[in-house]
Amino acid sequence: MTTGSYVVEVIVENKPLARDPEGETIHQNLILKGGFNQVTSVRAGKLLRMNVEANSPEDARAIVRKLSDELRIYNPAAHTIQVRIVG
Amino acid sequence: MVKVAVIQYPGSNCDLDALEILRDVVKAKTDLVWHKDLTHDDYDAYVLPGGFSYGDYLRAGAIAATSPSLRIVKEATESGKPVLGICNGFQILVEAGLLPGAVLRNSSLRFVCTWTRLRVETTRTPFTKRANAGQVLEIPIAHNEGRYYLDKEQIPELERNQQIVFRYVNEKKEATEDANPNGSIDNIAGVCNQKGNVMGLMPHPERASIPVLSLDSQTDGRVIFDSMMRRLHGPGA
Repeated sequence: MTTGSYVVEVIVENKPLARDPEGETIHQNLILKGGFNQVTSVRAGKLLRMNVEANSPEDARAIVRKLSDELRIYNPAAHTIQVRIVG
Repeated sequence: MVKVAVIQYPGSNCDLDALEILRDVVKAKTDLVWHKDLTHDDYDAYVLPGGFSYGDYLRAGAIAATSPSLRIVKEATESGKPVLGICNGFQILVEAGLLPGAVLRNSSLRFVCTWTRLRVETTRTPFTKRANAGQVLEIPIAHNEGRYYLDKEQIPELERNQQIVFRYVNEKKEATEDANPNGSIDNIAGVCNQKGNVMGLMPHPERASIPVLSLDSQTDGRVIFDSMMRRLHGPGA
């Protein structure tokens, strides 16, 4: 029996050296064009939000980290991920 | 008699094109095999065709890469059998870890459907044996996620191991930025594994293997299938 339910987010984005044309386009053709010159860069990514049953937030995070690695939620040749508890 | 399998995934859509070239053009005994039905390594070669397996969800090829059929394909690669991934098939082989790197969204953020020129960088694979090194093949592409990526510092190793099989080039056979249709690193269009028996490429050789489909009625894509047949039948074939 697990004792809690947690919301865990996985953010997948391209590695810093892998170009991100989507982020670049949003930055140049939308944000800078719209006059928000304070924004100096944009990276686009993918967000997966999961409800996870676990005994603690740390356990929930560990489960999601494990599945992200084992099932290749990201391709380590090109991507990085962040796993975070949001609720 | 040698037997080839074209593996169908939910969303494959170039499976019949590959089948036609294999059966009718290079005369290989070929079966279309639903991925879940591929439970034994009963074939002499495998082709993973183009398409949009599982809707390209998560990443092109990422979900199909977890199909049990990939375990059979892996077994086949370990015994040295030829495995060819075309377009989505290439993406699946990369996601399954049978080929290095990643295939990302085109740098133009557009689906690109056009003819490309490919320079043959190595003839050591079962798919390029009958080509000449440096030869240029005209073969079309049609994809949204075709930007081959590998960390820049890993490229020299790939080069040393002769794992870069095709590069996009211009009419002077130069790998220029203008000749690069999708932003692939170093204009790479196709790669192989270290052993050379697994090859993937984004362009579609099956769409350039009969005159009626091709520019100037050429059949440049055939050399890939002819090479595979020679490998399967031995050098006398």
